[in-house]
Amino acid sequence: MKIMVAVKRVVDYAVKIRVKPDKTGVETQNVKMSMNPFCEIALEEALRIRESGLASEVVAVSVGPAQCVDTLRTGLAMGADRGIHVEFKEEGGLNPLSVAKVLRALVEAEKPGLLILGKQAIDDDCNQTGQMLAGLLKWPQGTFASKVILDKEKQVATVDREVDGGIETVLLDLPAVITTDLRLNQPRYATLPNIMKAKSKVIKKYTPEDLNVEIKSDLEVLQVMEPPKRKAGVIISSVDELIDKLKNEACVI
Amino acid sequence: MATRALIGALSRATFRLPTHRFLSVGTIPRFASTLVIAEHEGGSIKAPSVSAVEAAKSLDKDNSISMLLAGSGPSLQEAAAHAVSCHPSVSKVLVADSDKFMHPLAEPWARLIQLVQQRENFSHIVAASGSFGKNILPRAAALLDVSPVTDVVEISESTKFVRPIYAGNALCTVQYTGAHPCMLTIRSTSFQVQPDSTDTKAHKAPISQVDLSTFEADTIGKSQYVKLTSQESERPDLGNARIVVTGGRGLKSAENFKMLEKLAEKLGAAVGATRAAVDAGFVPNDLQVGQTGKIVAPELYVAFGVSGAIQHLAGMRDSKVIVAVNKDADAPIFQVADYGLVGNLFEVIPELLEKLPEKK
Repeated sequence: MKIMVAVKRVVDYAVKIRVKPDKTGVETQNVKMSMNPFCEIALEEALRIRESGLASEVVAVSVGPAQCVDTLRTGLAMGADRGIHVEFKEEGGLNPLSVAKVLRALVEAEKPGLLILGKQAIDDDCNQTGQMLAGLLKWPQGTFASKVILDKEKQVATVDREVDGGIETVLLDLPAVITTDLRLNQPRYATLPNIMKAKSKVIKKYTPEDLNVEIKSDLEVLQVMEPPKRKAGVIISSVDELIDKLKNEACVI
Repeated sequence: MATRALIGALSRATFRLPTHRFLSVGTIPRFASTLVIAEHEGGSIKAPSVSAVEAAKSLDKDNSISMLLAGSGPSLQEAAAHAVSCHPSVSKVLVADSDKFMHPLAEPWARLIQLVQQRENFSHIVAASGSFGKNILPRAAALLDVSPVTDVVEISESTKFVRPIYAGNALCTVQYTGAHPCMLTIRSTSFQVQPDSTDTKAHKAPISQVDLSTFEADTIGKSQYVKLTSQESERPDLGNARIVVTGGRGLKSAENFKMLEKLAEKLGAAVGATRAAVDAGFVPNDLQVGQTGKIVAPELYVAFGVSGAIQHLAGMRDSKVIVAVNKDADAPIFQVADYGLVGNLFEVIPELLEKLPEKK
């Protein structure tokens, strides 16, 4: 079985972002970029499934500008067998629905038995692409997965999902779409030998036109602002003072 | 000659019909009409779904709001009875009664939303952005070929919304420019329902059953609900509690969380946790507050042994009053706290337990 994993290049999770003074967006020039943490977890899960003998190939895919290739190389260094880059140059022109349509076209070409995506990208925090892709393909979806167990014979996946009320367990017929939550696994670091090997792995390039996908945008970003700042707080010196302030100043207890 | 050139030009031109516009059923409504996808449990509508109605109200002053409930059995009928008067702005309740909706599986639910939309042609579809709405609404949006706007915290106009990005460190104003329906999930903490507005006396919306005779389950990818593993708790619901006490890695063990529970008991509070505490196995995942956990905005948020990572702040920065207790004076949490106490939580919590007044 082939597993396809979609990965996104985002501002590194530890970076303290700055909103551009002209309010058109967030500053991304000269800022550290990395593979989206949830996408790393997705790739790690795919690699583990392959290593357990339940899949034969892991293909990493990324949609976006030329620099996506860096993210794909990281994925190849982690252990993906090959990469696919669908190049789209216009900044801010890609929304989850367009990405889902591109991925659907690739699924039709590659015919994977399982799709694994990160549950959300830490830049836009949308949490939509996996669900939309599953809808377009009419495949079952196991989102916010904290555990995945595949049964190759029965061709089903048992997925534990992190939901508001606790952990929900669902059984999905393959092929299916899974989106990963934080506790699914701890991604591996790329070892130096693997980084070297990755240089000779293939990354195939497409454009949306090659795949007959029209990137249309039905969302327009009007502005990006900083959130309202909280009033500065005070350091208090004792529990008595805390109780007093909460009771008499803040009036919350 | 000129005609031939014209014909040539016309045959070369590519006409791209915006087919999605032609396929959206019926005429585009002049006034807003909104479908709210409601969650129910034990015979009543869940609070976030009522917030979704409150949010729908701000879409248009003449908005006609319908609530969609699905499920099966007596608890569904009870929930429908609650829905008719859960908010004065509800003008209709749609009920889809079938075993297929017994559990919140995305595949049948998304198909149901598509079916209802194709018949009723709402201008907007709204759900609360909890794990149910987040799982189902985007799938439904893909079936309807529209881009949804998720986790909306402010509605400026009927197609203009504000949503947090980068873990809430920036707010993005977006304009939806596509065809109907405009689909959104809303953050329930941003759309609090005024208590007096849920007067149940005068208003009762009519209930209508959704015709499911053409609902084909076979075209849907096969999924099966197995079980829900949850902790039984007498604590108030984390999402709606007035007071939340949260423990971080500093609590050091699951056993120590019991101390926090006692404090929560005394304050009538819910218990929350950071990702670190959940990862370490101190508490189950449904207590996690943060960018990818629950978003809370209580009147009082007390964080014990919490460092204040960006991803945690994303989940609680809208709390009215924030208190932080940490022995590290440089912990980032003190930058958002209204009251900060630099001290040992293992001494502070027992002292609080001793000195706090009894919950009335």
